[in-house]
Amino acid sequence: MDFQPTQEHLMLSDMIGKFIENDYNLKDRISAGNSELGYSENTYKTLAELGIVGALFPEGVGGFGGTGYDISTVFEALGKGLVNEPLVDSALASGYILAATGQDALIEKLISGELRVALALIENGADYDWELPSQMAQKINGIWTISGKKTMVKYALGTDAIIVSSTTSSSEGISLFLIETGADGLNLHSFLTVDGGSASDIEFNNTPAILLGGEGQSYDLLASAIARNTLAVCAEALGIMDSIKNMTINYLRTRQQFGTVIGKFQALQHRTAQMLLEIEQAKSAVTNAANALEASTDERNRSIAAAKYSIGRIGCFVAEEAIQMHGGIGMTWEYELGHFAKRLVMIDHEWGDQDHHLMQFTTF
Amino acid sequence: MNLNFTVADQAFRKEVKNFLNENLSQDIATKMKADFELSKVEIESWHAVLHQQGWLTYSWPKEYGGTGWNSVQQFIFEEESAMAGAPRILPFGLKMLAPVLMEFGSKEQKDYWLPRMCDGHDWWCQGYSEPGSGSDLASLKTSAVRDGKDYIINGQKTWTTLGQHANMIFCLVRTNATGKPQAGISFILVDLATPGIEMRPIQTFDGGKEVNEVFFTDVRVPASNLVGEENMGWTYAKYLLAHERNGIANVGISNQKLTRLKRLALSQKRGSKPLAEDPLFAARLARLEIELRNLETTNLRVLDGFAHGAGPGPESSMLKIIGSELEQDFDDLTRRALGRHAQAHTPEVFEKGYNGPQVAPKNMANQSTAYFNKRKVSIYGGSNEIQKNIITKMILEL
Repeated sequence: MDFQPTQEHLMLSDMIGKFIENDYNLKDRISAGNSELGYSENTYKTLAELGIVGALFPEGVGGFGGTGYDISTVFEALGKGLVNEPLVDSALASGYILAATGQDALIEKLISGELRVALALIENGADYDWELPSQMAQKINGIWTISGKKTMVKYALGTDAIIVSSTTSSSEGISLFLIETGADGLNLHSFLTVDGGSASDIEFNNTPAILLGGEGQSYDLLASAIARNTLAVCAEALGIMDSIKNMTINYLRTRQQFGTVIGKFQALQHRTAQMLLEIEQAKSAVTNAANALEASTDERNRSIAAAKYSIGRIGCFVAEEAIQMHGGIGMTWEYELGHFAKRLVMIDHEWGDQDHHLMQFTTF
Repeated sequence: MNLNFTVADQAFRKEVKNFLNENLSQDIATKMKADFELSKVEIESWHAVLHQQGWLTYSWPKEYGGTGWNSVQQFIFEEESAMAGAPRILPFGLKMLAPVLMEFGSKEQKDYWLPRMCDGHDWWCQGYSEPGSGSDLASLKTSAVRDGKDYIINGQKTWTTLGQHANMIFCLVRTNATGKPQAGISFILVDLATPGIEMRPIQTFDGGKEVNEVFFTDVRVPASNLVGEENMGWTYAKYLLAHERNGIANVGISNQKLTRLKRLALSQKRGSKPLAEDPLFAARLARLEIELRNLETTNLRVLDGFAHGAGPGPESSMLKIIGSELEQDFDDLTRRALGRHAQAHTPEVFEKGYNGPQVAPKNMANQSTAYFNKRKVSIYGGSNEIQKNIITKMILEL
């Protein structure tokens, strides 16, 4: 047993930390997050040039990582700086799907940062359940088209292609399709997200599509891809909590009331202690999930569900406690905490919330 | 013991309901139920409607133009108003300053200021907190120095809610820097048009612009604007806090949120079933409903206690803590109920004439923003930690 990160992971983490320290201004991030696109394309390209996209994929497809620990290392480090460029939503799961379905030319461009591919999996009324897409795909004269609606497609603006899940007339299993963003019959209603970012509701109208993988055969592939994204946002949350923890500790050590620093008050000391030990539990949950990404499907699913449940519960707790302990200053746009807290709480709404994963855990 | 509302109470409830039905604009109610910020005009228009009806001062004693409603009737009015989505009566003038003036103000002050806060002449805001004095309010430093017939004020106030709409501010200021901090504080009324005052907005992290900071540089205020005696301001502020027991628990607002959430739980789906049938969600909802039923009775018990001569003890603090946390819990669970769509930020749906696509149901389009914004309710008005200090100080007597 060895809980120490490898030299490679330390270097990766350090490199991202230095990038954040030297080149990632949180003020710019916040204004990019509230721009139409919801992120900065320049920053995304810089991240790709630093090899951060490559770290998410194995050597066989042109990357240099791709394991659970690679993914958790990258996203924990990014979370500490509240980096919101769409590596999860436009690269991680979509790249995994492209690689697994032999789209070699595309995965190469994706790793270099030239290509981004969004995921359109969610439907109105289905919410966190991606397992049961409706039948949107149709094959006429050997050509596939997609018609119907998907909702909450994150960062669809600025991507080159979209992967859509669907059943087909001959199979109730999941099929995956690739659509070019510039294709005919694509109608995007785009909007901002509360945590700084963009998303779209998309209407497809006989939009030409390419089938990825076998018809009706992509359930396992999609489950593995989503497990990666789920792990990534859990690790991101961990990084965010680490930063929130530091801000809170720093505030308790410097803010004076009643003639002393407020960290001297036992009521706040105990709450801080509770926060710290919950964060340690969250870290263990993410470690378990990262470790299980290459394990059996059952073990992977159990660990991912446990991590996402833990992150959802602890993330909301940490966000709320940190704001409360800061008082009024924690409520301001100017102070960084609120922006970290918004992202942390919203992570509970991505890839299944804590209740969803708690129920999932009971079924394994 | 009889927990039923009397026939008279029920008739009163009906009267309030009818009034709200006939007079409340649906535009405003929709925004209120979605926790969307109202404009100055919208708030003023509702004040005017209530003033016309004679209900704007419902909480005032009859001799000052109040309705003479008993505490249960006041409770019913607040509950029905909140359920209907009526704007909350702005507390700063009518509920915070007015009782202080009635108890401690001069006849001239009462005659001049009280009518003006009813007819819309004055919009009051509160100048209590300072950057260095939040929980420790008594440490406030903004000074008022007597100079002939005036006081000269220097310093800074912060977290001034809706100060951008106000023309008047009531402030706690330091008039004596020696001795116990509480003993050197005075309560003074300041016209915001006085030279030397600058108001700057503070944007909150949810994007809202409802709080401000106010800077005072050599601001000359007539000494006749001092309320009561010099250096007695702390007593007046405390008097207010202990008497603030109606409305503080926000039972009506939480009831409105419960109704809204139950409706949402029927229309939202989880795994092709209504969310209401999800056992984990149902348990969360049940817990909140039970807490709310308990709180409603706690609030009514407190009101009844006061009517029978009890208090003021720690009741206001108790109601504030439970009420604020429960309101936050409703916003939290409503956000959860929205699932994936909680992340969408689409305030444009509240723009007049908007008929574009909607991501979440319209009355939910602001939900996550509201959830983040409502983190303030356990911080402002004396944070819940301070309220707990007040309770234990009274109980432990150490």
